[in-house]
Formats: sequence, C-alpha cells, structure tokens
Amino acid sequence: MQARVGYLVGIAALAACAVIVHAGPSGGTVSGKVTYEGTPAKMKPIDMSKEPSCAKQHATPVVTETVVTGPGNALDNVVVYVSAGAPDESAPSQAVKFEQKGCQYVPHLLAFQVNQPFEILNDDQTSHNIHPLPKVNREWNRSQPPGSAPISEKYDKPEFIPVKCNIHPWMHGSFAVLKNSHYAVTEGEGGFSLAGLPAGKYTITAWHESYGDQSQDVVISGSETKTVNFVFKAKPY
Amino acid sequence: MRKMKHAPWVAGIAILLAAPLVVSAQQGEAHIGKYSGSVGPGRQLYYRYCWGCHGFRGDGNGENAPYLNILPRNFVAATFKCRSTPTGTLPTDQDLFNSLERGLVNSNMPSWIALTDQNRADLVAFIKTFSPRWKTEKAGDPIPVPPEPKLTLESIKHGQQLFQKLECWKCHGQEGRGDGPSASTLTDSNDQPIRPYNFAAGSRFKCGTTNNDIYKIFMSGVDGTPMPSFADVVKPDEAWDLVHYLRTLQVVHKSPELALWESTKEGADQVALSKVKGTPTGSGVNQ
Repeated sequence: MQARVGYLVGIAALAACAVIVHAGPSGGTVSGKVTYEGTPAKMKPIDMSKEPSCAKQHATPVVTETVVTGPGNALDNVVVYVSAGAPDESAPSQAVKFEQKGCQYVPHLLAFQVNQPFEILNDDQTSHNIHPLPKVNREWNRSQPPGSAPISEKYDKPEFIPVKCNIHPWMHGSFAVLKNSHYAVTEGEGGFSLAGLPAGKYTITAWHESYGDQSQDVVISGSETKTVNFVFKAKPY
Repeated sequence: MRKMKHAPWVAGIAILLAAPLVVSAQQGEAHIGKYSGSVGPGRQLYYRYCWGCHGFRGDGNGENAPYLNILPRNFVAATFKCRSTPTGTLPTDQDLFNSLERGLVNSNMPSWIALTDQNRADLVAFIKTFSPRWKTEKAGDPIPVPPEPKLTLESIKHGQQLFQKLECWKCHGQEGRGDGPSASTLTDSNDQPIRPYNFAAGSRFKCGTTNNDIYKIFMSGVDGTPMPSFADVVKPDEAWDLVHYLRTLQVVHKSPELALWESTKEGADQVALSKVKGTPTGSGVNQ
C-alpha cells in the first residue's frame, strides 16, 4: 500500500516537473523604467551650414543628442543590461545596422554583442569617415563616400565605444558591445524589459553616455517579473 | 663508435635547448631585413633613450609628455600612425623600424638614425612587449602596392578628380593647404587639436617622403588621427593617379609631377595661385 502511494507520488512529482518545464517562455523577466530627476541641460541646435547637403534635410535644425528625454521624465538612449549573473553568449550572426543619415547617426546608440557583425551605411550625399574611439578594442578609421558598400565590422571585447566623424564634428554616437543577449536600449517612455532570465541572482546595470551608470541586484526564482527602476540625476551641463 | 652512441643524446639536448627560442620567436623578437632584434638589448636602449617621452610603462605618459603638443605614442594601446598594414591592424616590424629611422616629421619624435640598425631592431622587439595584442594578433597583411605606372597628364587629371570625389578637400582644402572647412575642428584620438597635412608647405610627410609612402599613407590611414583609410574606395591603379596629383599640390617641392603639371596652362595657373605670398601672420611685411 505504502509503496503504491509512493509510486503515485513519484509519478505526480515527475508530472509536475514536466508541467513546469513546458510552461510558456522559460525564466523570469526584469522590467522597469529609466527616468531622470532635476533639469537636464538644454540640447543645442546643430549648425550644419558647412554641409549644405545635410542641412537641407532638416526643416528645423536638429539638436545634439547627448541627453534625449521622453514623456514623464523618461531618459532615452540608456542601455540596460545584465552585467553579472548571466553566462557570456556567443554572438548572433544577424548584423545590426548603424546609419549615417542627414549627418547624424541612426540610432544614436547601437547595442550589440561581442563578435556580432554590425554594418555601417552612408545614406548621405557627402563622404563620412567612420571613426570609433575604443580604448580596449582596436581603433580603426575608414572613409565611406556616398554610394559605397556598407562597412562590416565587429569587436571582440565588451566596451562602450564613442563614435565620431572627423569631417562632421557634430556627429556623435556610441556602440555598446555587450557580453550576452540580455540588454535593451530605452526610448520614448523609457521602459525596458529583459526576458528569459533563468533563476539566479543578477546585476542589472543602466548606462547613459553622460549621466554615468548605475547597478542594482535582483533575484529571479522562477518565471516572475521583477521591477527594477533607475533614476539618474540630470546634470545642468 | 662511441661518438655515434652519444649522437642521439646530443641531438636531443640540442633540440631541448633550442625549443625556448622557437617558442618565443612570436614575441620578444623582431626581424627586419638581415637584422634580428631581441628584447634584452632593446630594454636597455628604451630605458636610456625613449622612456622620457613614452613613459616607464610605454603608455605615452613619460615625464616630458605633458609638455608635448602631439602626445607620445601609447605602445600599450598599439595604435600606430605609420604602417604598411590596413587600418586597425598591427604594423610590421619594418614599419616600426622605419618610424624609428625617420622619426615622425612635424612632431617631437626625432629620427633615431644616430643609433645603429641593430639598436633599432632591438628597440622594435622591446616595443612589441608593451601591448598584449602582439601575443594574440599577428601584424596585418601589408597592403599590396603595385609598381608605379608612368607619369602622364591623364594620371594627374584623374587624380584631381579623385581629390574632389573623395572629398579630401574637406580637411586638406582645395589647394591642399590644410585649411578645408573641417580642418579647424579636427582632433586626434587623444582629443588634442590636430591639423591636416599642408601640401603647399612642402614638408616631408608624417610617414615618409616617397611616392610609395604617400600611397601607403592614404590606403592604410593614419591610425590615431582623423585621416581615414581609403582602401575600401580607391582601386590600386587609381591610387597612383591620386599620388601624382598630390605631388602637384606641393608647390614648393620640386618633383617630376609638379614639373609636368606646370607645363600646362591650367597647372601653371593653379600653382601660381597656390604659391604663398606674404606671411600667415603678417610678420614679414615691409612697412
């Protein structure tokens, strides 16, 4: 009798495990919002008169993108990523695109993984030179006249890399080279969601090119959603 | 017979003794022509002649560095201006040797021609020990430089078109005077202001003096500065046309290209316009 009960309990336990294993997308989610407090410096209009072919693409002059904000004090262009607790992942083969359009970088911040290919395109009528300034990865500098093929590159070490064009000094962008696939870049209302995290303890880091970085620890035990919010202090300059 | 008996042992010991030399051949040695440089003598030379600018750790933070307009090279980062290899890749031993021999014109890096060739080879070997990149990467594949074709007016004119199409004038200016629209905002990778090369002044280039050197400069890019590599966008035969045109911008430096260009009306007019009259600061004016 006891053996039979034990047998049934054993089968029930196995069935329960099977149910857990097959339940929906595995792992938990860390989501939240990135906002700022205080008053950010006003972004300055960019004078593109030295490059008429770009100036005429903007009905009103564009402003610098060092601090981009959204509704409800949202802070955009923040990379939120898992900096500890997740294993390094091999890179996807899908290339991500970085465009030079209207003498600006689109997107302003491009996030991708170590060894993931990225492609640089020149959609403008003028030459650009693409000059990322890494300190850990190799520094290179290539000219890309209009109509030339996309430049395909990759980086083999994690790093935040400023990108500039020497010909057009107002052009600034960033590459975020990350170790795993758990990352998001905030835009609009400043929300982010990192899904598919197996149970464990993680450090979530938020990085902004001007306001620095902040980290918070979070523990995922199953498939729950944990909320992690970041609030950056705005600088007046 | 006794000699034969010991031969295998002697051979074996010889192989064991040679093994460390084979293993360290990748790092800690330099080969330039018939010279082999090694780290030991290189270290002595470095800490006698070089570290005052380039620093104890080879990172460019020497005692003199704060007073220098163009900062000394950071060997730890291993980004070098004067190479025969593609942008972003390590230079060859010969490239480093050449930089030591020539110095870097218009900078504080002197020519070390006073040292011997063996000294310079040893220094190259030692300089390579500062960056871990030399352990994991090989030097880039040198850019193939085809033999220079015959100089013709067509070549110069085609080079002129390239100068416009590639927008070299944006930094270098229409007369190559280093006064293009983007020139005044240029900074190098240390965030220091930097000026483009002024062809009209006619000095030697940062990385050489010959037509071959000009070819390599714009095909490999001057890493660490705003000057990019044009290897993706200029075909090798076109590149020689650009070299010939660039020589005509050096209006105070005698060259066959300049002589040929001046023999045409268009060329003669342009050169006459380009030749500097007066002084940039007005200091030479006679009242």
